[in-house]
Amino acid sequence: MEKYTEKKIVMSKDEISQAIKRLAREIADKNEGGKDLAIVGVQTRGVFIAKRIIDELKNAGGYKGGEIPLGVIDITLYRDDVSSMETPPQVKETDIPFDLTGKKIVLVDDVLYTGRSIRAALDELMDFGRPENIQLAVLVDRGLRELPIEPNFTGKKMDTSKRELISVELEEVDGADRVVLMGEE
Amino acid sequence: MKILIKGGKVVDPAAKFEGVTDVLVADGRIAEVKANIKDPDALVIDARGKIVVPGLIDIHTHLREPGHEEEETIASGTKAAAHGGVTSIFCMPNTHPPLDNAPAVEFVLLKAQKEGHVNVFPIGCITKNSAGEELAEIGVLKKAGVIAVSDDGSPVMNSQVMRRALQYTKMFNLPVISHCEDKNLTKGGAMNDGHTSMVLGLRGIPKQAEEIMVSRDIMLAELTGGHLHIAHVSTAGSVELIRQAKARKTNVTAETCPHYFSLTDEEVKNYGTNTKMNPPLRSAEDIEAIKIGLADGTIDCICTDHAPHTEEEKNKEYDLAPFGIIGLETMLGITITELIEKKVLTWAQAVEKLAVNPARIFGLAGRGTLKPGSIADITIIDPEREYSFSEKDFVSKSKNSPFIGRKLKGFPETTIVGGRIAWPLKE
Amino acid sequence: MTLQRKDLLGLEHLDAKEIETILNTVPPFKSLFTRSIKKVPTLRGKTVVNLFYEPSTRTRTSFEIASKRLSADVVNISVASSSVVKGESLIDTGKTLEAMKADIIIIRHGLAGAPAVLARNQHASHINAGDGFHEHPSQGLLDLYTIREKKKRLKGLKVLLVGDILHSRVAKSNIWGLTKLGAEVRVSGPPTLIPSRITDLGVKVFYNLDEALKDVDVVNILRIQLERQQENLFPSVHEYIELYQVTANRLRAAKPDVMIMHPGPMNRGIEISSEVADGPNAVIYEQVTNGIAVRMAILYLLSGKKKAI
Repeated sequence: MEKYTEKKIVMSKDEISQAIKRLAREIADKNEGGKDLAIVGVQTRGVFIAKRIIDELKNAGGYKGGEIPLGVIDITLYRDDVSSMETPPQVKETDIPFDLTGKKIVLVDDVLYTGRSIRAALDELMDFGRPENIQLAVLVDRGLRELPIEPNFTGKKMDTSKRELISVELEEVDGADRVVLMGEE
Repeated sequence: MKILIKGGKVVDPAAKFEGVTDVLVADGRIAEVKANIKDPDALVIDARGKIVVPGLIDIHTHLREPGHEEEETIASGTKAAAHGGVTSIFCMPNTHPPLDNAPAVEFVLLKAQKEGHVNVFPIGCITKNSAGEELAEIGVLKKAGVIAVSDDGSPVMNSQVMRRALQYTKMFNLPVISHCEDKNLTKGGAMNDGHTSMVLGLRGIPKQAEEIMVSRDIMLAELTGGHLHIAHVSTAGSVELIRQAKARKTNVTAETCPHYFSLTDEEVKNYGTNTKMNPPLRSAEDIEAIKIGLADGTIDCICTDHAPHTEEEKNKEYDLAPFGIIGLETMLGITITELIEKKVLTWAQAVEKLAVNPARIFGLAGRGTLKPGSIADITIIDPEREYSFSEKDFVSKSKNSPFIGRKLKGFPETTIVGGRIAWPLKE
Repeated sequence: MTLQRKDLLGLEHLDAKEIETILNTVPPFKSLFTRSIKKVPTLRGKTVVNLFYEPSTRTRTSFEIASKRLSADVVNISVASSSVVKGESLIDTGKTLEAMKADIIIIRHGLAGAPAVLARNQHASHINAGDGFHEHPSQGLLDLYTIREKKKRLKGLKVLLVGDILHSRVAKSNIWGLTKLGAEVRVSGPPTLIPSRITDLGVKVFYNLDEALKDVDVVNILRIQLERQQENLFPSVHEYIELYQVTANRLRAAKPDVMIMHPGPMNRGIEISSEVADGPNAVIYEQVTNGIAVRMAILYLLSGKKKAI
């Protein structure tokens, strides 16, 4: 395992907050203000971002009221690389407490990179039912796609190299909000 | 051919001698034992720093020929004996066909003469086919050349039959070697009954299964006056029963094997079948009692119960693997490492267990000593050499030993049988 | 949270942390069962072989369903109808499966140590589905999970195992797991059916069932094999019922919320009364459901990169 060190902070607490507000507005605009909408967060940090988006949707203009359902999915069991790992990773909770059929799903993740996690998430969601559509919202798009997957809503887009790492830290999990670019030592 | 063994430490308790001296062998006999022998015609063996003892006598082995030559033959078994420093072996009659008739005994003797590397003394059956029901023709067997009788592998469950055997053999002076096991108590058992058998889920062989029969056989020996020899003693209880019987001057002798004073049943932990034999490995308390029994003379002999089995036979589920381990090549090393090095026995006492007592108890005239005139069966030992055996180091056809990889001290360098060097082999 | 092992042969050598890892892995798999698609692609392309030398419907079916819900390919070999009857040795059967590149082999065998003999020579992961009187680790784990799920803890819980402890691999695995996680374990049965050294494992022995039941939180009832009567281990079924049948009446000595378990199949009216089997305290069918989820967790945890032998 290479050792990484912090190179620079690419999003501050304020910038994250602004980005999430903007994501919520864009989602509301594109989805008739929230009719038949459901938000599904990808474990782990995607879930917290999803919760914040739902809060913003309630506060944002154009919101038509009513509860927006929240789902959480863990994609570990749908990954394409479990059997090549030394030890299979821990599987966290998956809970979709509503019927997907006929709903517009906004899938939320913290970082979009190769696109493989999202591919797994799409396969998993399809096993739950037949949504009307699935849209993708990400806090950071760092490029370097290996599959033809693009986000519908992006917090911040940036160019990175394979030797770098984007680390999203959230208050709920890590104690503070920031997005850090890490490089090899 | 003459052989002159120079400068070794001779340990000959039967002659009440222990000291550094020379030994001259001529015409298959010990010619002289004294310092600074000079003989220009003799082949000289430099034995400085070595121990020179009467050839070891293993009174309990299974040679498998006739019937199971894939496991061992008289040729390969005696070669293994020579490698282990053993100059004479007794072979048990549970061959196929068994040694319950004269032609079978004669076959073994002829084969041994033709192909054997060391002396072979056959043991005949107590009962026909070792079935425990009718006495075998013991008189005929004695004439054919057996040195004792035994149904080893099985006990004689019927007390009346065992009584008759002990009575009948008196006229031939033949010891009855008893495999003490109550088969009803051991049915289905695969290892010692205790903590490890419980944890591993294997049916246990209780110590009492041996002790009940030791007790019974001692009482029958007392009833009849016959000579009882207890085979492969494995438990503290058995040692105590024999000790008390000897105090009562009962005509009983006993033997044990190296695994019973070096390994406990905890060895079985991974279902490795080289830990499976009958009687089974016991507990630490039993090891202690056997060592004490050897030191105080309760147990007279150390032997191997050398029981070869092929890899196919042993490489299976624990319950299905046959009982038995080889032992000819490790007997001396284990005895030196566990008894002499640990000060349980002196060299002289060890030689008594390995040569003197076997010769005396079974009437092997001219053996078990290096007195001039005796047969030139000699073992020369390097007492300091440390080694361990891997599978391919064994000369026996079979490799089923629990001592593979175990560090041993004391190596039998040269084995002389009847004045001829049996090991190292002439290439 | 990982399991650094190639095989699951028993609970004896697992430490508390490893057992907890397995139990904590179960919930995501159990939550699959309420979905309409009860399947995830995690073991897609893996070959799982059920090698059963003893007949078994329930354990084999449970492992089969668990494997299939993970999208693995399952092959069932039941020995009565296979080349083993023609005399093929266990070792050779193992080598054949290795040559066919089986990934996971689930073996049930009548003799203790058979899975260990197979596993030590093969690269595949081996799961012991019951070997003679030795262990049945997946049953032990599903029993632990069921207790923990309902009672929310294992530490300090009073758990009683009743029946033929001597011949029970389920009892052994339960005892290892429960004692490692801090439960207080009792066993009850006639002296002929309880190994004398069982106290070495930290359990209390009660020959009197009513004494044993006082204040217990969980009773796990073991099946009595009627053939044992032939071996003089107990005089008659009638006597066994008199002394050891778990009835609603007897259970009044236990805690009011006592949980009743049984690995199945039950001999109704012998070791367990129908009233108890069908009563509100019994979780026997939940054990079956949990069994599949627990086996999925085990298969998942053993499915990593092939480890060295």
